[in-house]
Amino acid sequence: MKSAPAQSQPPSPPPPAPAEETPLHRLRRDPVAVGASCVIAIFFLVAATTALCALLGIHFPYDPNATDLAAKLQPPTWAHPLGTDNLGRDVLSRMLNGSYISLTVGFVAMAVSLAIGIGVGAVSGYFGGWVDNVLMRVVDALLCFPSFFLILTAVALLGPDIRIIILVIGLVGWTGTARLVRAEFLTLRETEYVRAARALGQRAWRVIFRHILPNAFAPIFVTAVVGIPDAILVEAGLSFIGLGVQPPQATWGNIITDGRTYLLDAWWLIVFPGLAIFIAALAFYLLGDAIRKASDTRR
Amino acid sequence: MFAFVIRRLGIAAVLLFVISLVSFFMFTLAPGSPYPWGELNPKISPQVKEAFRKKFHLDRPVWEQYALNMRDLFTGRLKSIKDERPVLERIGERLPATVILNIYAISLSMIFGLLWGVWAARRAGTPADTVSSVAALGLIALPGFWVAYLVLIGLVKYAGVPVLGTQSYGVEFPNLLSAMLDRVWHIVLPGTILALGGIAVESRYIRATVLEALKENYIRTARAKGLPEEDVFYKHALRNAIRPLITGIGSLLPALVGGSLIIETIFAYPGMGRLGYEAVLERDYPTLLAINFIVAALILLGNLLADVLYAVVDPRVRLE
Repeated sequence: MKSAPAQSQPPSPPPPAPAEETPLHRLRRDPVAVGASCVIAIFFLVAATTALCALLGIHFPYDPNATDLAAKLQPPTWAHPLGTDNLGRDVLSRMLNGSYISLTVGFVAMAVSLAIGIGVGAVSGYFGGWVDNVLMRVVDALLCFPSFFLILTAVALLGPDIRIIILVIGLVGWTGTARLVRAEFLTLRETEYVRAARALGQRAWRVIFRHILPNAFAPIFVTAVVGIPDAILVEAGLSFIGLGVQPPQATWGNIITDGRTYLLDAWWLIVFPGLAIFIAALAFYLLGDAIRKASDTRR
Repeated sequence: MFAFVIRRLGIAAVLLFVISLVSFFMFTLAPGSPYPWGELNPKISPQVKEAFRKKFHLDRPVWEQYALNMRDLFTGRLKSIKDERPVLERIGERLPATVILNIYAISLSMIFGLLWGVWAARRAGTPADTVSSVAALGLIALPGFWVAYLVLIGLVKYAGVPVLGTQSYGVEFPNLLSAMLDRVWHIVLPGTILALGGIAVESRYIRATVLEALKENYIRTARAKGLPEEDVFYKHALRNAIRPLITGIGSLLPALVGGSLIIETIFAYPGMGRLGYEAVLERDYPTLLAINFIVAALILLGNLLADVLYAVVDPRVRLE
């Protein structure tokens, strides 16, 4: 059948997987997933190491807040691999120092929104009725606010403290998770084993946490992984307009903000921190996507 | 259909009421004050303070403040604390620019998202598809302000092209056409950067729904009766995958308004996003109340339009 154009062939289905193959096996064979995991692991190691060293008073390669006006706005050199900023601070040191903040914001904000999203979604999907109606209208109302504007307003009113920033990002970002969890619960609630558990007289919270939630693990895990870069990007955006984590604490976002005054003269102040945000966010998105594909049972 | 629209308008009214409550009390209950002077500034006499409080209903209990503010909003008398101009007038100056920018960005997302999604779906499972999937996630992972800066460095430093505002200043245009083109250019650049994420998101939606549709029984029937693969793909699968393209408009809108805040700031583009940002920093409560209300109303309207359009396009959908 060489005459048929190759493109018009339907995509050939993958060979049927052996019965004992788990999503984890599929994930390990996916080069994208492995690569993304490695990148994330490196970011974590670096962030944890610098945070630990900073606690012990060791700074590598320089003190992130040490100024050296004689060496200000230097392009990348061997002494300063990523250049220096307008106060002569080493950009590499500041980025290493900021990686800890960015990842913390990503993780904790994701955890906050995940907890609320699971709670609201589970209650809404399990109990249904007017509870569901009220909760979903709240979600609808929240979705009518441009989320970034809402976060910005709350942070501006409450003050740009890192705890407040994390909390606000988490409190605004749970609507998607809630909708997803609710949809999962609506389906799983009608399955035989859930009905059996209810018929046995088990308490609602036990049915929710022991029987339904574990079976909705995969999609929830994906939203968790994807929620991290979402929060990192929001924090970077907040930093950009000056409402993120405040200087002198460096974050990837506020290095760019400080550098924008020298936009046309010092490209290294913009390019490198942005690249760090981009690579970290992309790695998380790729991993989330790979997990979603690997856990898809309808292949 | 009519009953559906009426019911949805009713829900929208309830949502708008909740939104107005949230956006009013978020500001009034937060720490800090809207006064343009310091709380303990000795140079401001009590009479001036009292007059100011009276003008903006700040001398009333909070619930009455809310009612009076909403009455003023609907009758157009709501005034900005900052310059005491009617809020609707200030928003009216900015709204068209934002609407144009967002219409451009949404159209771009829809058109290129559709083309890209179809392209990727036709190559599902091939290396080309993997690369395009990574590229799409890459576009989503790009911080918009970073791209904007890179573009600014490139265009201003190396090409010397003016990019800020809505038109080039200090340039004499030989005719109306080139002046028009100049204005279009000042929308195209921020609009395209704003649309990058949307294009990627839409393309992934389209790809997923087309692949989902290809698993349906009617596709097997179409193939079984010997239709060419092209017809199966474009006439049967794709047609059923257009839905997210329409419903996607509704979900893109809030994200765009938020995202345009940053892009508008960078490109000095006089839109709603920047007005809102300035109002937050100035604690201009009346302006913020009105912006939140109007943006939410626009978003609800967009969602309703998307649903109705969806029913018009897809005859199987019954609006109840």
